[in-house]
Amino acid sequence: MSNFFTENQDIQFQFKRIDLEEIIRVREHDYTEAAEFPFAPLDYEDAKDNFSRILEVVGDIAGNFVAERAREVDELGSTFADGEVTYAKGLEEDMQRLNQAGLMGFLLERKYGGLNLPISLYIFAVEMVSRGDASLMNLFGLQDISETIEKFASAEIKDEYLPKFSSGAVSGAMVLTEPDAGSDLQAVKTRAYQDDEGNWYLNGVKRFITNGNADVCLVLARSEEGTRDGRGLSLFVCYGDDTVQIRRIEHKLGIKGSPTCEMQFHDTPAQLIGVRKRGLISYVMALMNGARLGVAAQALGIAQAAYVEARRYAQEREQFGKPILNFPAVAEMLIKMKVDLETSRTLIYSTGRAVDMLRISELEMERLKAAGESITDIRAEFKHWKALADFLTPLSKYSISEKANRICYDAIQIHGGTGYMQEFNVERHYRDVRITNIYEGTSQLQVIAAIGGVIKGVADEQFDANELKEYRHEARQLANKLKQIRRLFTKSKTFVLEKEDKAYQELHSAELVDMYGFLYIGYLLLEEATEDSRKMLIAKKYIMDSLATALHHTESITRGFDTLFADVEQILTRE
Amino acid sequence: MPLHTIVLVKQVPDTSNISGDVMRPDGTVNRARLPAIFNPEDQAALELALRLKDQYGGLVTALTMGPPNAVNMLRECLYMGADRVILVSDRRFAAADTLATSYALHKAIQHIGDYDLIFGGRQAIDGDTAQVGPQTAEKLGITQFTYTQEVLNLDLKQRTIRAKRAIKNGYEILESPLPVLLTVIKDAARPRPFDVRKLCTYKRAQSKFEIQSYVDESHDLITLDQVLEKARADGLYIETWNIEDIDADVSMCGLAGSPTKVHKVENVILSGSEFKQVPASTEGLNEMIGELMQDHIFG
Repeated sequence: MSNFFTENQDIQFQFKRIDLEEIIRVREHDYTEAAEFPFAPLDYEDAKDNFSRILEVVGDIAGNFVAERAREVDELGSTFADGEVTYAKGLEEDMQRLNQAGLMGFLLERKYGGLNLPISLYIFAVEMVSRGDASLMNLFGLQDISETIEKFASAEIKDEYLPKFSSGAVSGAMVLTEPDAGSDLQAVKTRAYQDDEGNWYLNGVKRFITNGNADVCLVLARSEEGTRDGRGLSLFVCYGDDTVQIRRIEHKLGIKGSPTCEMQFHDTPAQLIGVRKRGLISYVMALMNGARLGVAAQALGIAQAAYVEARRYAQEREQFGKPILNFPAVAEMLIKMKVDLETSRTLIYSTGRAVDMLRISELEMERLKAAGESITDIRAEFKHWKALADFLTPLSKYSISEKANRICYDAIQIHGGTGYMQEFNVERHYRDVRITNIYEGTSQLQVIAAIGGVIKGVADEQFDANELKEYRHEARQLANKLKQIRRLFTKSKTFVLEKEDKAYQELHSAELVDMYGFLYIGYLLLEEATEDSRKMLIAKKYIMDSLATALHHTESITRGFDTLFADVEQILTRE
Repeated sequence: MPLHTIVLVKQVPDTSNISGDVMRPDGTVNRARLPAIFNPEDQAALELALRLKDQYGGLVTALTMGPPNAVNMLRECLYMGADRVILVSDRRFAAADTLATSYALHKAIQHIGDYDLIFGGRQAIDGDTAQVGPQTAEKLGITQFTYTQEVLNLDLKQRTIRAKRAIKNGYEILESPLPVLLTVIKDAARPRPFDVRKLCTYKRAQSKFEIQSYVDESHDLITLDQVLEKARADGLYIETWNIEDIDADVSMCGLAGSPTKVHKVENVILSGSEFKQVPASTEGLNEMIGELMQDHIFG
């Protein structure tokens, strides 16, 4: 097999160019931790060397251990009997291995036993783990739970739970959805109440909970009796003890190793995270943003696995006397897959950086406030990164998971009939990837989350600056194409806004988000192309295809058949 | 006394990846052209030792005799969880055969002091002799289990160990009072991954050779002893021993201590041929020994 870090040239390209200097300096408190923790870095160069070594370990485990077990994990799945969930054997072994390598406190601070690594690196790790086995990501990738505790809980709760997460002694579950509260979490009914001494308890049923059998649960519950919306919800942490009953696990299309539980809380003792009523509106939103980025990385990993299979098959499989790779239709599919993979990485690392920058500006703001210094400058920076992260996170989740689905679909297509058979890994990848554009918010919800930033023009200043830049040769032509896309976008956006019709805007949000995304990614690709001439080909394919799509979208928005005025019933009436 | 296990490890050329330009025209291997790796069966041995430590506590010491760059492998031992690593390295150890190697190792082990168990790989992939483990045990005068595939039980009260030893078409179970030297086959255990915290810590651990060259190249006025002391204090010094440190007799080491002489290297292509059944009787055995001596396989 192979090391998914050292042997993936595109990941290496992204890793080498990633600029974390400012992020790491702040997170490392100017590199003062080395005195207390011998594994802490001495400077940025040392930190980057650590990162490379750590990711090499992840790449080795994912490529040489996890991937070997993935097929069997899928076949056996996790099982449920007598109220107990049992993980597939391979999955247990995978977790043990990740634990042995000390990779579970990835994002947590060192004082809680963590590695204190930024989200940007977590994305590399999640992609590689998911390439090995998509269902393992749902255990490894649940580190946002401990991160949420670290961000919002009291010192006592942090001291109690976080070291256990770091050592891998406990696993976590994010317990949000209910039978009648899926996308609409405001409808959560699980009740949180207090006894006379003020201790909290939970009662209620939760459904579709990934790893609901975990040792520690982060639970969204209604703490304010009589309320009906999100403002009555708070976030709690509790142990998965005897008062938490697993009622069943789901039989799913894919990610079969990851147990999806229906669970019931019977007066379960719990502790409040942060303050009351902020559960959904503050904490879960933050938690979900982290999880969304995780799912985007998961989709990317699955798609990479499917691409590698398809690429190899197209080379080896001969029909009509030549490898099928030599047929233009097959080659085009593979080229699109590769361009989608590489441009998705460009997007996700840019998103990761924005999220990390947001985090350090938060930390800086807290520090300055505590020191009684002015926060005017840092607040502006915070706002900038917040707006960008709030746009890029749903964009990443939406666009990468959709592309990943397409990549896995085409990977089967390239395999032909054999790809439909279970003997081939692409069949598994195709099933596994299907959830990525659904859970942690469907693509449709991601579009709704991203459209605000698009309308406000969060990246407009950046695009203005890019348009003034001097590009040379081919890059100049491509920059002109991007200008053209921007004109199409502006025309479409203006058209939508002038209609002053919310429904119409919702109907065409996806197209507007797409076009804005083309611009954002397109300019990043031009930067990459100045560093690596091969990347110019990727930029060219991406930007030219994007322009064709933008023309299509604009036509559809400005002159398409407006189905809002159509008689929906009449169209849908016949079976 | 906590359990103390010594693991014998060796850095070897990666003979599993031999390409054209690695072989010299005379049929010998140009080692410089091959990447150096941690001998796979020694890794399995270290893993077994670490599992016993996980279960019973105690300390694991990894010991190697080799060139200065064998320190890379010792760092890997630290990344996996060894508590102490020792590099026995001296030009005068060069060209040692198994006899001279086991002599030096047993002197180093005596210098380390008390121990309960010694693990080592069955053999190294560059020599395939499987002699160093057994010879070391002989020189130390302790029991040896070769071809160990599993440790079944360690009884620290009775001070005994029981292990499964692979034999052709099966296994045997052996038990012995401690101390015991066990040589381990590759299938015994899959080595654990590097612990990333240890990786980030011990990447800075250095041998005396490395510290010496750091001092030589430094523009600052520092002495070897100063840097050594600092590395020791930080727990980042990889102990480096020479012939005098382990109190070895120079004439028993390296080329001088190696009676093995390579007469000729030949490419042999093995081909299956008839086999002969020998009756399980004294006459049968005598007949077989006679034949083997006639073919110069014995004698």
